[in-house]
Amino acid sequence: MSMTFDDGTFIRNEMAPVLPPPTQRIGAVAWMRENLFSGVLNTLLTVFGICLVALIVPPFVRFMFLDAVWAGENREACLGPEVGACWPFIQAKFGQLIYGFYPISERWRVDIVFAAGALLLVPLMVLSWPFKRINAFLFFVAYPVVAFVLLTGGNINASAFLLERFGLIRGLVGDAQIAGVNLVFWVDYVLTALLVMAAIGGLIALLGGSGRSAARTTFWVFLAFGLLIFIWDVDVGLDYVETRQWGGLLVTLVIAVTGIVASLPLGILLALGRRSQMPVVRLLSVVFIEFWRGVPLITVLFFATYMLPLFLPQGTNPDALLRALVGVALFSAAYMAEVVRGGLQAIPKGQYEGAMAMGLTWSQMMRLIVLPQALTLVIPGIVNSFISLFKDTTLVLIVSIFDFLGQLRASFTDPNWATPVTLYTGFAFAGVVYFLFCFGMSRYSLFVERRLNTSHRH
Amino acid sequence: MKRLLSTFALAGAMGLCAFGAQAATKLEQVKSKGFVQCGVSQGLPGFSNPNDKGEWSGLDVEFCRAVAAAIFGDATKVKFTPLSAKDRFTALQSGDIDILSRNTTWTITRDTSLGLNFTGVTYYDGQGFMIRKDKKVNSALELSGASVCTQTGTTTEQNLADYFRANNMTYEVIAFATNDEVVKAYDAGRCDVLTTDRSGLAGERLKLTNPDDHIVLPEIISKEPLGPVVAHGDDQWFDIVKWVLYAQLNAEELGVNSKNVDEQLKSAVNPEIKRLLGTEGKYGEGMGIGNDWGYLIIKNVGNYAEIYDRTVGPDTPLKLARGLNALWNKGGIQYAPPIR
Repeated sequence: MSMTFDDGTFIRNEMAPVLPPPTQRIGAVAWMRENLFSGVLNTLLTVFGICLVALIVPPFVRFMFLDAVWAGENREACLGPEVGACWPFIQAKFGQLIYGFYPISERWRVDIVFAAGALLLVPLMVLSWPFKRINAFLFFVAYPVVAFVLLTGGNINASAFLLERFGLIRGLVGDAQIAGVNLVFWVDYVLTALLVMAAIGGLIALLGGSGRSAARTTFWVFLAFGLLIFIWDVDVGLDYVETRQWGGLLVTLVIAVTGIVASLPLGILLALGRRSQMPVVRLLSVVFIEFWRGVPLITVLFFATYMLPLFLPQGTNPDALLRALVGVALFSAAYMAEVVRGGLQAIPKGQYEGAMAMGLTWSQMMRLIVLPQALTLVIPGIVNSFISLFKDTTLVLIVSIFDFLGQLRASFTDPNWATPVTLYTGFAFAGVVYFLFCFGMSRYSLFVERRLNTSHRH
Repeated sequence: MKRLLSTFALAGAMGLCAFGAQAATKLEQVKSKGFVQCGVSQGLPGFSNPNDKGEWSGLDVEFCRAVAAAIFGDATKVKFTPLSAKDRFTALQSGDIDILSRNTTWTITRDTSLGLNFTGVTYYDGQGFMIRKDKKVNSALELSGASVCTQTGTTTEQNLADYFRANNMTYEVIAFATNDEVVKAYDAGRCDVLTTDRSGLAGERLKLTNPDDHIVLPEIISKEPLGPVVAHGDDQWFDIVKWVLYAQLNAEELGVNSKNVDEQLKSAVNPEIKRLLGTEGKYGEGMGIGNDWGYLIIKNVGNYAEIYDRTVGPDTPLKLARGLNALWNKGGIQYAPPIR
């Protein structure tokens, strides 16, 4: 230690200039060395990946864009030796792919339904925006009612409720109709409501409960239903468009959205039922879930469409799309139930015990403590079900409902557009459309997952 | 008490009414709902396929329009149910559709054991072969040793086997699940010959890279009479559907078409034309429809030749010659019983 510091010769007065890091440590080259070529296996995989991309992407781009035909009137435009995608075909069939056989003059109604759906859905999905309660009410309650009227034209034929089936009403009021609303039905409805209210109230009172409150609940149920039927019953002056004429993306979305919206609450109920202590509820839930999971969707749809009319009394012929909708909803509810049950089982017992110790009732415990955690846990599973449901809607083709893909397949058979590339063009387009929807759902679920994942962050 | 009794009586009467309404004939049902429900294919070029306007078009479709025209005088009063080959008969049996007009081959099994009636033949089809021109083959009998592309599990495959065995020829089958795969394989040269119904060949040919390099051989190795079908149990309905086709054939034979029908209605002297158009005789009455049924069909839809020409004929992309489907007096076998 014989260093001297007096003259300052050994002490730097200024910072040494910062040297650039060795070239092997930074930049694209270093990144590649580290991530792509760090070992023999990694290098091989990288080369393989690059080959794959080189093999797939250029022909794809060439087919979809470079060699593609962009304008034309019929098949003549897309004939030729080195022709790529035939986009005029999609142009010509675009209306059908979206609306199916929906009458052209009435398509604005579908547009309104699409636009309103998007307008209501977007603020509902952005978690930070206010008025969630009103928004949810509008989307889940008001929107389906209005959409039904717009799409079908409303003015359903409500001619008999319960008493008229025994021929008791028409004799009293005759055949009066006001603005498409059948008086017989409404007298029937009000009388039936009063009867049922009296019956339920009396029964509950007999059993020692509060007959008055039971009757009041019945009243509200009847009022809500009455309002619903009334809105659908009024003749708003729109032409009737039967569901047979629906098709394309419209049908895909109607089935998928109904299935998604209906299957989640149903699935939650079934999952809770399956874990219930009450033997009858548990048994019913188990039977329901196992039945629907044990039957292929195609069988369900086929049965609902062609076999059901043979069992039902003649004249009662529920709408084909409705039958498919109910089938799809019940089917996906069974799957959803098992997803939710997985979440319920992952909640530690302590959560239940804590909730009970706080004196919460069963429904409060489920609503405030257990379900919020359980559902957050299984978001990937739920969205997985949604996505597969969205794609499964294609199966309705076998019961002659033309969804997006069905409409596309039907378009292939138009001799005016039969060319060697029509098939590829159509499927490429369908692939892009389906991908956009499914990828959108998937990204949104990731976002929600991250957003709600407050307690499990490590 | 008296009032109660009368209420019950009223209820009983209404119940009977309701029952009576259910037992209505097919024609009454169709008239009361205001349209004909017609089962068509989910897409077969030229027979039933959606056009650019989003309407069904094709030979099978036009036939249903003609039935609607005969009953309602309005060819648009028809609704179409696209059906797959599997559910077509179920849909007819369950009453979901009134007519099945879906390129259905008339066979004894279908006619006798399924509770169905075939009403006639709208198109005489038959299985044929397509081959590349440069193979220099002019007859199916020269095909020994050829590889043949076809669809699995169809009667096409059976007919093929029968034909080659009967003529003592060897062949190799290359079968695919869907029609599109079959065409792609043939186009790519994986087989020498493509076989399916002749009308189908015309449609598939359009999907080939160079349609002009291929020819259809003259042999037809199976009989495929395609026609509309109705359910058993309503002979009046059966008659109507049957005679709609006959009216169209008779109209072609008599030279009445949608353009000259109004003129013919006024000035025709030929009693056959007068009977067809309903100015003489009461032939609609027997079927429960208007006596001008023939006029309505021709005016709204056209005669057989007009329908054929605008759906599958030589001026359409399918370019199918009339062949067997020409009238009996013009070299074909389409023959309608007379209207009298």
